[in-house]
Amino acid sequence: MKLTIERAALLTALTHAQSVVERRNTIPILSNVLVDADGGQLRLTATDLDLAIVDLAAADIAVPGSTTTTAHTLYDIVRKLPEGAQIELTFAEEADEPRVSLTAGRSSFLLPCLPKEDFPVMAEGELPHEFTLPTELLGNIIDKTRFAVSTEETRYYLNGIYLHTAEVDGRPVLRAVATDGHRLAQVNAPLPDGADGMPGVIVPRKAVAEVRKLIDEGGQDIEISLSESKIRFSVGESVLTSKLIDGTFPDYQRVIPDGNDKVMEVDTKVFAESIDRVSTVSTEKSRAVKMSLEGGKATIAAHSPDNASASEEIAVEYSSDGLEIGFNSRYLLDIASQIDGDTARFFLADAVSPTLIRDGGNADALYVLMPMRV
Amino acid sequence: MQTLCRDCGHRPPPDAGTCPACNSSRVLRHGELHDLAIAHVDCDAFYAAIEKRDRPELRDVPVIVGGRHRGVVAACCYLARTYGVRSAMPMFQALKACPDAAIVKPDMSKYAAVGREVRAMMLSLTPLVEPLSIDEAFMDLSGAEPLHRASPAETLAALARRVEEELSITVSIGLSYNKFLAKIASDLDKPRGFAAVGRAEARAFLADRPVGLLWGVGKAMQGRLAEDGITLIGELARVGEAELVARYGKIGRRLFLFSRGEDDRPVDPDREAKSVSSEITLDEDVADLAKLRPILWRLAETVARRMKKAGVAGRGVTLKLKTAEFRTVTRARRLHGATRSAEEMFRAAEPLLAREADGRAFRLIGIGAHDLVEPGRAAQGDLFGGASPDGGVDKALDAVREKFGDGAIVRGRGFGVKLERQGPSKTE
Repeated sequence: MKLTIERAALLTALTHAQSVVERRNTIPILSNVLVDADGGQLRLTATDLDLAIVDLAAADIAVPGSTTTTAHTLYDIVRKLPEGAQIELTFAEEADEPRVSLTAGRSSFLLPCLPKEDFPVMAEGELPHEFTLPTELLGNIIDKTRFAVSTEETRYYLNGIYLHTAEVDGRPVLRAVATDGHRLAQVNAPLPDGADGMPGVIVPRKAVAEVRKLIDEGGQDIEISLSESKIRFSVGESVLTSKLIDGTFPDYQRVIPDGNDKVMEVDTKVFAESIDRVSTVSTEKSRAVKMSLEGGKATIAAHSPDNASASEEIAVEYSSDGLEIGFNSRYLLDIASQIDGDTARFFLADAVSPTLIRDGGNADALYVLMPMRV
Repeated sequence: MQTLCRDCGHRPPPDAGTCPACNSSRVLRHGELHDLAIAHVDCDAFYAAIEKRDRPELRDVPVIVGGRHRGVVAACCYLARTYGVRSAMPMFQALKACPDAAIVKPDMSKYAAVGREVRAMMLSLTPLVEPLSIDEAFMDLSGAEPLHRASPAETLAALARRVEEELSITVSIGLSYNKFLAKIASDLDKPRGFAAVGRAEARAFLADRPVGLLWGVGKAMQGRLAEDGITLIGELARVGEAELVARYGKIGRRLFLFSRGEDDRPVDPDREAKSVSSEITLDEDVADLAKLRPILWRLAETVARRMKKAGVAGRGVTLKLKTAEFRTVTRARRLHGATRSAEEMFRAAEPLLAREADGRAFRLIGIGAHDLVEPGRAAQGDLFGGASPDGGVDKALDAVREKFGDGAIVRGRGFGVKLERQGPSKTE
């Protein structure tokens, strides 16, 4: 194998690869990236066995070939090379001690290799459901839900975003839901062609994070294909394939309240800033704030066990009976930061039941938050 | 030279051999005796002493408290110790050393009750009591002299007499000017001892003692120090602070201060419990997950009950296993929120157990909750119900057990499991 490639092209591909490769690996080959040079293109593959990413980069291939070498080291080297550098990669399979040689300008590196035959290939199987989403829309769906994804391993079926089809007022939608049991986020998007009849799938947290990074790099559309066990995202020159979480997402509709009749409307920015200020004194562990609603105002208060306290009054629209309710301030801020509209509307029942929060500027998103006892 | 008769509280002249007031020979003589105020009070062979007190027929017999044929020595009397028995020793080894010993099954609730009585006596003297375990505590008597019209040493000697008279067990007292020296001192004159270490002799006193005496120096640290040729505390002082910090990091500084007899940790009555746990040495080594699971469940129930009693909730769960080869395995998992529900702890620990139960046989299994918080503050509700922090079922079960005893009601999951030989539950 012998090829020349521009630093920028190699760096983009390697950035994706090294992000998938875990820092610590018990299986040595998983620390490596599969480098494949053929037909005028360099193909880089990385996997953690649950997730695989394949990136294509234009390169000048003198001799086709392939091998695997350590992903993080290769990435670090390329990152530190000067902008605009031309990089030459060579690999001689017949050598006694096969190593990848990398030269750029006056720098040269030799990196250890592992045989490409040992590199695990993720079997995709058939992915019968295919549809396309604008990247911006998928980015939005991810941002508005992923903060609520659970990290708790005991409820592994909550460790991802539940992507499925649903119906709103007779209109079919693609819906994303995430919850950690404390809060829940739900976003609807128009159902794209080809998604009709797809199974509900739980996309794991790490795949979500990797897809989000790919979206940031642009591309107009993202192609998604999936089966009941795998999902594949294609954007630009990258293809990410992930296993899906094998579990049943709970019946989340049951916990979205529909009869909460105490309605509070508040300026999103004023609310978020106030919560942020008051929670300064709240303890690191609980981060609790208390909200007292009465007439046209909300009093937000917090205290700590060592006797610090804070309170602040903000104007709200609220005309129901007085109510005192506690929340984890961080959860409130997470939600507030995803609200597009100038106002947020809280639908409350009492101090112990779930509160529904709607975005004044986006009817497709809703949030449910479980109160804290304060 | 300052003096004190431990039996009558009189201050005899320094040259008197015995106390002129009561003729006792238990006279303390120390240059700073009445100027020292930090004490470490440690009950002597606590569990064994209580058993001997309650069963006079055991008075002249070596007594070992612990599980009969497996398990470890929870405590042993001083008579048993003369045969080489030590606490934490595996029982078979203890019995080999002392075949005639009387083995007594631990009665933790009884010991806890006596421990509370001792604690109450300490608290009547100063609010600054920092319990280390059921049977030992630090006390800070600084400034209490005018109140008691007695020096700390006199107050402590009176405390020791009161414990003996009212509870018929004995304590050993270490008196110094900081916690770590007080703790070392309480061990010098055991049992029924009283030892003081003053500022004047602290460095010389420490110099030729092993580094293992220092707080924070366990087996691993001792090994590292030994590699560098340091086995005695005096050698630490000679190495110097900068060098110790460079070699061992943060603990280097503490080692240096300790080696000079300095320790600025205050006696902290509010030192919070860091974990609540319960473990059991099994009657025989068990490899079968199906057998381990119900035991884990019963232990989780014990821990849950103790957390509710202590008014704490844990945000992490630890599984502890000891293999047949005495290798200890601990696996921890962070929880979603704080819990004191047996159900939630079990659900977190069970997968950890399933992963470890790969055919290895275990002789001990335990479960603990760590990262403790006040539950009231952390009562974050859960959308999917699950087991709420105060699960109604758990509460009902606890109420039934409180009234009718532990065996009165069990969940099917733990049916048929007896935890008789359960080791002491710990809150530390």
